[in-house]
Amino acid sequence: MADPITVALVGNPNAGKSTLFNALSGLRQRIGNYPGVTVEMTKGEFSADGTTVSLIDLPGTYSLAARSPDEMVAVDLLLGRRPEEPRPSVVVSIVDATNLDRHLYLTSQLLDLGVPVVVAVNMIDAAAAQGLTFNYAKLSESLGVPVVPIQANNGTGLAQLTTAIRTAAGQTAPHGPAFPVAFDQVAEQLQKELSDEIPTFLVRRAIIDIGGYTEQWLIERYGARLKSALIGARDKLATAGHAVPGVEARTRFAWVRTAVAAAVTKPAVRPVTWTDRIDNVLTNRVWGTLVFLLVMFLMFQSIFLWAKPLMDLIGSGQDTVAKGVEGAMPSGPLRALLVDGIIKGVGGVLVFLPQIMILFGFIAVLEDCGYMARAAFLMDRVMSRCGLSGKSFIPMLSSVACAIPGVMAARVIENRRDRLATILVAPLMSCSARLPVYILLIGAFIARPGSPGWLPGVVLFAMYMIGFTVAPLVALALKRTLLRGAPPVFVMELPNYRRPKFTSVLRRMGGAGWAFTLRAGTIILMAMILVWAALYFPFTDANGESYPERVEKAEDAVKENAEKLNALKEKDEKSKEEPAEGEPAPPQLTDDEKAELEKLEEAAALPDKLNGEWKRGSALGRVGLWMEPVFKPLGWDWKIGVAAMASFPAREVIVGTFGILYDVGEVDTKAIGNKNADAEAKEKVAGLTKAVQDDWSKDPVRGKYGVPVALSIMVFFALCCQCAATLAVIKRETGSWLWPSFTFVYMTALAYVGAFLTFQIGRFIVG
Amino acid sequence: MFADFGSPGGRLMPTLSDLSPGQTAEILSVSGDPALVQRLYEFGLLEGERVEVVALAPLGDPIEIRFGNSRLSLRKSEAAGITVVIR
Repeated sequence: MADPITVALVGNPNAGKSTLFNALSGLRQRIGNYPGVTVEMTKGEFSADGTTVSLIDLPGTYSLAARSPDEMVAVDLLLGRRPEEPRPSVVVSIVDATNLDRHLYLTSQLLDLGVPVVVAVNMIDAAAAQGLTFNYAKLSESLGVPVVPIQANNGTGLAQLTTAIRTAAGQTAPHGPAFPVAFDQVAEQLQKELSDEIPTFLVRRAIIDIGGYTEQWLIERYGARLKSALIGARDKLATAGHAVPGVEARTRFAWVRTAVAAAVTKPAVRPVTWTDRIDNVLTNRVWGTLVFLLVMFLMFQSIFLWAKPLMDLIGSGQDTVAKGVEGAMPSGPLRALLVDGIIKGVGGVLVFLPQIMILFGFIAVLEDCGYMARAAFLMDRVMSRCGLSGKSFIPMLSSVACAIPGVMAARVIENRRDRLATILVAPLMSCSARLPVYILLIGAFIARPGSPGWLPGVVLFAMYMIGFTVAPLVALALKRTLLRGAPPVFVMELPNYRRPKFTSVLRRMGGAGWAFTLRAGTIILMAMILVWAALYFPFTDANGESYPERVEKAEDAVKENAEKLNALKEKDEKSKEEPAEGEPAPPQLTDDEKAELEKLEEAAALPDKLNGEWKRGSALGRVGLWMEPVFKPLGWDWKIGVAAMASFPAREVIVGTFGILYDVGEVDTKAIGNKNADAEAKEKVAGLTKAVQDDWSKDPVRGKYGVPVALSIMVFFALCCQCAATLAVIKRETGSWLWPSFTFVYMTALAYVGAFLTFQIGRFIVG
Repeated sequence: MFADFGSPGGRLMPTLSDLSPGQTAEILSVSGDPALVQRLYEFGLLEGERVEVVALAPLGDPIEIRFGNSRLSLRKSEAAGITVVIR
């Protein structure tokens, strides 16, 4: 058994790094997290002739000139400066054969790390198709490191690559290109001033990278003294005719181009490639825009349409499990926790999976084939109006279906501030969970008899427009204040078009689903259980009797008397019918029967009434009552307030809570606005609509100002962040509680102000 | 004729942002924010490199350029720091 070796995989984005990584390590992968940064690195393992090789896939990069803590993680790891990882024994530099010059620039930087390097020349098929021929021995000689041609997507050359890696481990490290003597002198002098253990590699980077991460870090450590030393060093270089950062690029590219010229034969005339042909259409002003709109429409439609049946399936699965548990367990707090807390909570997590996985399937295909960068190119101008870049477009658009996949999609944005701004405003886009709230309230208060038929549609449209206008404005405000900073570099590579690989698309979908379920799921579940408990406890009435038991007893009574009630109802209905001519009048109910019917009907309404009483007296209900003054300026009573608070796990929960608080029992959200819902569910919705109308009409404020109050609730829900899943995903994606807390606070404040203005202005108009 | 390329700074050299799709030029100098200049250099956009403007985005900004086998999207404000000789 040979000693295990650690290998780092480094390459430009689009060099085929992930494909090589997956081909080498198969399914044995896990994600490594690094404290304080949002970087994730995938780690894998494989064994080659008895040697265990652990492989780390570093994020794709064009250069080792780190500009952010995120980029610095990779550099530190390569230098053996991350406590949680051993220093790699070999670095594999993967480069694109069709674009050798540019990719070998990064390789030349890797040669300065003091670690053995193996170069893997990928995509040799595409290079051959372009008429390029290679002399790998010569290339290896010029670069001073082993060079292995590979075709990562079909496994060609992987055996040779593994052998080269094993041979390279433990060998002496190579040297990169020689810099001008003046540069070496300046670097040496600076190194002396820094006294201790700062690696030469970083000292040189500090000189070259003006305003880079190494410079910031060293200034923080050594103070202003170092700043003047750096400025002095750069001045000296400029006078010597080797100004930074140009000196590095010229030195490295001169060296790389000499090596490539000796080893690669190119056709005299550059052949027209597929990428040239496709780009003639896809980045064309007219055709490109049309194709883009079509792709976005398809993506958007499929998130809605394909996800819907799967989400319904998860919903009905959840119902089945809940019914099964209900049947198998005696009632009590434990069963209630299982059914209403945990099973609903798990269902509430799983229900997002279809949307997340479909969107990530699309993103994987669009990224792998090279279209993602074109989409960002086409949309850049529009998004730049709100201080973002084209890369924010897809995350924002997907948020119209659901903010969860939208926030996750923001991973494609490399710039930290842009990514944060996108994540923070994505929940403002009107997602599909807001729809039931809108439809319920529009149905109850806007679509009243006598109001114009176009009104409901206009109100719904207005609710969507709130998100579309407020989100960019908040993004702009964030970019001008909290997330202000030097404008990022928007230069973006438009990679060559390539056929996406099915397995890698599947991997991305699975990875996104897994990450969500595992890391956001637990938080969502906790939030759901918490709110459930706040509505469940205390569960005894003033006489110390248990509500759940009283409800159950009342329900049993309803079931027992159902037949009798139905018979009486039927008779009562018939008694009111006009008899046909010549027929005798229908039999009338006797006084006894009338009294019986009244009693039974009352009993039938008892379970819902008890539930309402219970929840109104629950911990959350009491808090709501106590907080009524806070809700008053919005035109709300405490019941609306409680429903809004109880919908913290998910917006649409407000509908169900309304149902309980207004004594009509739980209403199925899915039945709202759904023509195919079963009759009972529809009746419930109608019952809720009527109950809300009746309750409000008894109240002086809501009786008179029903429409402004309904609008105020809708505006609140358009702007608030009553969605534990979104907050959990923001926590996951930003790695800190700061940003989800910030999102919740700013959106709730925005929602409050919006609802306040809506009600007050509405009240003024109604008069 | 210089008015076409005139800028507030009174620079007379055309820049990459002045080119229309299909035009090819040779880079004379690269200037701008240090981070931007470094990134352009890292991509290989050095002095003397020949660059073709492939397309403009629907609203005229950013631009797509090609040099060798590389394609980049550049905002016009970024391309304005690259002076060129039109070939």
